[in-house]
Amino acid sequence: MSSRRHPLVELTLVRVREFSREPEAIFWALIFPILLSIGLGIAFRSGPAEAIAVGATSPALAGALRGHPGLAVELMSVDAGRHALETGAIALLVESSDGAAVVYRFDDTNPSGRTARLLADDAIQRGAGRADPVRGQDQLIREPGSRYIDFLIPGLVGLGIMSDSLWGLGFPIVEARRRKLTKLLTATPMRREHYLASFVLWRMILLPVEVVVPIGFGVLAFGVPMRGGIVSIAVIAVLSGWAFAALGLSLAARPRTIEAIAGLVNIVQVPMWVLSGVFFSSQRFPAWLQPFIHVLPLTATIDALRANMLRGVGLGALWPALTNLSIWTVVCFVLALRLFRWR
Amino acid sequence: MSAPRASALRVRALRKRYSDVVAVDGIDLEVSAGECFGLLGPNGAGKTTTVEICEGLTTPDSGEVVVLGRRWTSDAAGLRERLGIQLQESQLFDKLTVIETLTLFRSFYRDGLAPAEAMDLVRLRDKQASRVGGLSGGQKQRLALACALIGSPELMFLDEPTTGLDPQARRQVWELVEDFKRSGRTILLTTHYMEEAERLCDRVAILDHGHIIAEGTPASLAASIPPPPSPPRSDVATLEDVFVHLTGRHLRDE
Repeated sequence: MSSRRHPLVELTLVRVREFSREPEAIFWALIFPILLSIGLGIAFRSGPAEAIAVGATSPALAGALRGHPGLAVELMSVDAGRHALETGAIALLVESSDGAAVVYRFDDTNPSGRTARLLADDAIQRGAGRADPVRGQDQLIREPGSRYIDFLIPGLVGLGIMSDSLWGLGFPIVEARRRKLTKLLTATPMRREHYLASFVLWRMILLPVEVVVPIGFGVLAFGVPMRGGIVSIAVIAVLSGWAFAALGLSLAARPRTIEAIAGLVNIVQVPMWVLSGVFFSSQRFPAWLQPFIHVLPLTATIDALRANMLRGVGLGALWPALTNLSIWTVVCFVLALRLFRWR
Repeated sequence: MSAPRASALRVRALRKRYSDVVAVDGIDLEVSAGECFGLLGPNGAGKTTTVEICEGLTTPDSGEVVVLGRRWTSDAAGLRERLGIQLQESQLFDKLTVIETLTLFRSFYRDGLAPAEAMDLVRLRDKQASRVGGLSGGQKQRLALACALIGSPELMFLDEPTTGLDPQARRQVWELVEDFKRSGRTILLTTHYMEEAERLCDRVAILDHGHIIAEGTPASLAASIPPPPSPPRSDVATLEDVFVHLTGRHLRDE
């Protein structure tokens, strides 16, 4: 056999073959992110602003309110109106009363209620002849880059890199250890660095697909912007891919059972799902949590991707996130090498 | 034994203790080049621990191990090139084919057989494109032997190569081991099947509780004890009888 390949190539081919012969893996790594972005893109599509449902107890009030395009008005009895308010079918009930000309009944902890109160009052006052002393003009912004789908796509890219790395390295490594295959390999002249490196190489092979599929989908289907350019997205993705590959190797370094690695991956992954701003901004968490959130590799990945894609922030200005990812890479690789259980 | 041959494996005063049990308690062994040596004993006798120390997979607490004139502490990388190892209970990649598996293992060795040659030796040529996960137990074991063989080893370690196989598959493995012997390789195998040791091994050592309780050719061991009392199974004593005679227990007792 003259065409003998390098052991690192052969070991990486094992990864490619195991993946390509596992239909479920392909679904989770490639199809699932697309379905998720389609679903979320539909749920959070930005159409015309939705009118707020309000109730009015007299035809006169209803007539005045219908003059405002932001309100969907229904004429109802007081009892029916209060019931509708309690069940959330309407955000505000406008009643006529003896004491005042009009009573606004609403829940002031509900933002829709407060908005409806302002819009309704505006409509009624104007209908009664109020003239505004200062004229205002609305300028509406619905540009690419500020919609939910724009926020979401970089989040899904980061999420994909993380979960594919942790599951994609954790399972095969622990499974090979459980089957005593790792032990058999160490009984051959195979170099241990080659074994570990084959998993990282495999991740680098899959990475372009994981990044191109959701971003390409976002760009083509929703016009998500890539203001920082392709090269800087690639740099962020590769640094993130290394950090999560290293994290995956270090999580898989010790466990002997699938249950143990699944538990470990979930413990590490779930806080990042929640905290790192995949689906909503991590700014919503309290200030004392922010330093912890900023250390997480998924936060660094997503923040860097969002700043780069949506605002065109260059790699130079993103150095804190990129340094963060590099530190995770080095620390986790060293840990994995130290802790790896070969037998 | 004929003319003295070079030592392939020498073990002196080997000891290994796990937290709750002494697995190997002062074992001495000498295996000559070209010999097939059997380690015989019930489960838990210390066979696997002894073999794994010789394979450089387990570190002994004390004692000396010299493999092909070298030591694990100083020559591990070089030694791996010259050994072929089949482990008890090790499984291969289910999703790879037979030829892919052998090509992978071949890539680890500087010199060795072509994957096709190895498949011919273990009679798996017609299965070369089959996934490992779909092979029968006997075919998987033959593939494991091919993986042990692919680096053209001077010394092979086979740990219970036929445990769990049906009689026909076991016979096929025996034929392979006999082929290996004919090709001049040294073999150390462990087993708890008497027929296996009697058929394959030039010499055997019987292990019990981490000690060697008897050592010699199968025939000399059988001749060393009085003929079995009752029920008489044959005119000559078997290794099973030797073990029962020495310990009062059967080899397959736990």
